[in-house]
Amino acid sequence: MQFAFTEEQHQFKDVVKRFLREKSPTTEVRRLMETDDGFDPVVWKQLSDELALPSLIVPENYGGAGFGFVELSIVMEEMGHSLLCAPYFSSVVLAANAILNVGTEKQKLDLLPQIASGSIRATLAVTESSGRWNAAAVELVAETDGDEFTLQGEKCFVVDGHTAGKIVVVARLEGSEGDDGISFFVVDGDAPGLTKSLLKTVDPTRKLARLEFNSVQAEPLGEPGAGMGALTKTLDQAAIALSNEMIGGAQYLMDSTVEYSKVRMQFGRVIGSFQAIKHRCADMLLLLELAKSAAYRAAAALDEGDESVPVLANMAKSAASDAYIQIAADSIQIHGGIGFTWDQDTHLWFKRAKSSEVFLGDPAYHRELMMQRWGEGI
Amino acid sequence: MSNLTVNAVKEEVRAWLQENWDAGLSLVEWRNKLADSGWGVPDWPGQWYGRDLPVAMLPEIEEEFAEVNAVGVARSGIRMLAAATILEHGNDLHKKEFLRRILTGEDTWCQLFSEPGSGSDLAGATTRADFDGENWIVNGQKLWTTSAHHADYGLLLARTDWDVPKHQGLTYFILDMTQPGVDVHQVKQMNGHASFNQVFITDATVAPQYRVDEEGAGWRVAMTTLAHERRNADGMNRLNRDSGLPGAIYEEERKEVATVMEPYKWYPQRAGRVDLVMQRAKQTGRIENASVRQEIAKLLIMSKSAEWTARRARAAQELGMPQGPEGSLGKLAASNVAKQASGVHTLISGADALLTGSDGAMDGLIAEVLVSVPAVSIAGGTDEIQRNIIAERVLGMEKEPRFDSGPFKDVPRNVV
Repeated sequence: MQFAFTEEQHQFKDVVKRFLREKSPTTEVRRLMETDDGFDPVVWKQLSDELALPSLIVPENYGGAGFGFVELSIVMEEMGHSLLCAPYFSSVVLAANAILNVGTEKQKLDLLPQIASGSIRATLAVTESSGRWNAAAVELVAETDGDEFTLQGEKCFVVDGHTAGKIVVVARLEGSEGDDGISFFVVDGDAPGLTKSLLKTVDPTRKLARLEFNSVQAEPLGEPGAGMGALTKTLDQAAIALSNEMIGGAQYLMDSTVEYSKVRMQFGRVIGSFQAIKHRCADMLLLLELAKSAAYRAAAALDEGDESVPVLANMAKSAASDAYIQIAADSIQIHGGIGFTWDQDTHLWFKRAKSSEVFLGDPAYHRELMMQRWGEGI
Repeated sequence: MSNLTVNAVKEEVRAWLQENWDAGLSLVEWRNKLADSGWGVPDWPGQWYGRDLPVAMLPEIEEEFAEVNAVGVARSGIRMLAAATILEHGNDLHKKEFLRRILTGEDTWCQLFSEPGSGSDLAGATTRADFDGENWIVNGQKLWTTSAHHADYGLLLARTDWDVPKHQGLTYFILDMTQPGVDVHQVKQMNGHASFNQVFITDATVAPQYRVDEEGAGWRVAMTTLAHERRNADGMNRLNRDSGLPGAIYEEERKEVATVMEPYKWYPQRAGRVDLVMQRAKQTGRIENASVRQEIAKLLIMSKSAEWTARRARAAQELGMPQGPEGSLGKLAASNVAKQASGVHTLISGADALLTGSDGAMDGLIAEVLVSVPAVSIAGGTDEIQRNIIAERVLGMEKEPRFDSGPFKDVPRNVV
């Protein structure tokens, strides 16, 4: 089991960190969050061409770099730290993994090189207006007429759903229910019958869309009706990647808050010298480091083919969600009144903490799933 | 350490054991042979019962001992802290007089540091030692002294100068515990056990040659003792394993370990017994309750994450990377885990949490968890002190202003 980054992974982390600190200062975050698209195509091109980040986990035979989830998690952690506004989570973590998990060889050869090069941005549409993240909640129906499939229904909370060029859609076969009949499809972002609307989000740095499918022709991704395993796997992978993104954001808040406490003077001394503040910071650090351990452990387990991955995914997501939102709340508290203002940056991370806490299922959901999956332990 | 050296040492110890190991000897007879040969504590100096070998060699040598079921030197309890302190700060007289009898197990030691008036603030000790021209005369009270009721010697921290700041006025002594002025009382804890003692010291004497290191150097010497205390904790767990072998020498050893370990038998319970949670939840059927499941999950996540955090710290250390914050968090994490575990055990037990002893769940074991966990956030450095250490040393935050930096005699303190 891997419990420390290798020398190469440390170097990679430094490269990604330097790039993101330069390209995603809060001035840029603030500019982009006010736009509908929510990302800068120039930066997207740079991170695709110069750092080849979208190619990271795509195997080499599909035009990728063939790295693992530990490397992906390093990227996610740094993106979370810099609050990068870009469709990386949607295109790489969600869509590319889904295609890898369910697509046919031909589909992988067709779609993955485009995602890896950054030339198309894809996303994955699972959840509907029920806001539930399990297969049983999927109601969008794939109607079939011979070999042709048309999608009927709606998807909600689709990350970058309004800007993605390809949308991987989770649907169910007509007449199926529960875990049965789960199918993946691909549709183009401009497919006839598809209506996309940008949702008003609490977290403006992560764009969500509602997609309405009115008899949209769609190509099955993999075998229709046999998508349950791939859906579970994709969601576990996404939860692990998101956990690593969360601990990156929490780290930013931790560091910036401790720094603030060392310069802010009240009662003739820096507030960081009061035990009330120090103890809060020590508790924040403990929360952060424990969540980090769970997130790292889960990412390493994915690369090691550990059979505990599903449980570890739930543990990581629950720990990271709880830690991030607590640390965000504590950061605002320690900043005092200024922390509640729009011009101070803490709220940007607080809102990402809130959206990440809920996205892919809240901590209670993950703890329940974890207990159902626990078995004889890990 | 090359393989060649390791193999040579292993061969040497093997040959020595073949020649000398005899289960028919008494424990003391055998351990005297160990002391003479240096194989009992091979990492100690050659001049003092060791062989100057690197610590990394010890597991290899222990393997050879295990191979022939040979008993080792006495290691349990406070005695190894005494040995480490004497080796580092003691003079030749101390080494000559005490080290051998520590190794043979003939002498038992205790640590006289904490006091009723100074718990977290160890350097605020007010037990005094005054030199009467011939001897040091000691007066005061010590508390939380494990094994004092059967100790031959005590490692004593006492104040010898009240006119200097508190850390500078302390001196370290070796106190004969069997003299009339030393009165030991067991302290009964809220969980019913009596693992510690209170020691009343009235006009006890220490001859000048039993002062360790310089007058006023007591704090520095005590730091050495405390540094070994943590390291010792791992070794103690290893010693807990019973060889299970028949024979007089093994019986003697078992008795020695049992006596020393007696005060620690509730320690697993104070850590929360996370290992029992799933089993208990299934047996009682409480696993069916959704809110119980949530609390169990929180506990398991916290407990596993703490374990992985320790693994991260070790992995980084093995790779020679600078220590990150993960290394300083273990104690606070363990305290949080224990508290959550106590809550979960209560949830699982329901009304059975009202009962203890033979009426209680698992013959009182669960009740013992519930009434032992409060110790975990106090013993060995309170949670509050841990948070200060994390904030100051890891996060680099400023210390609180102090009110105890002047001459100790002017520092406000408890009235005992």
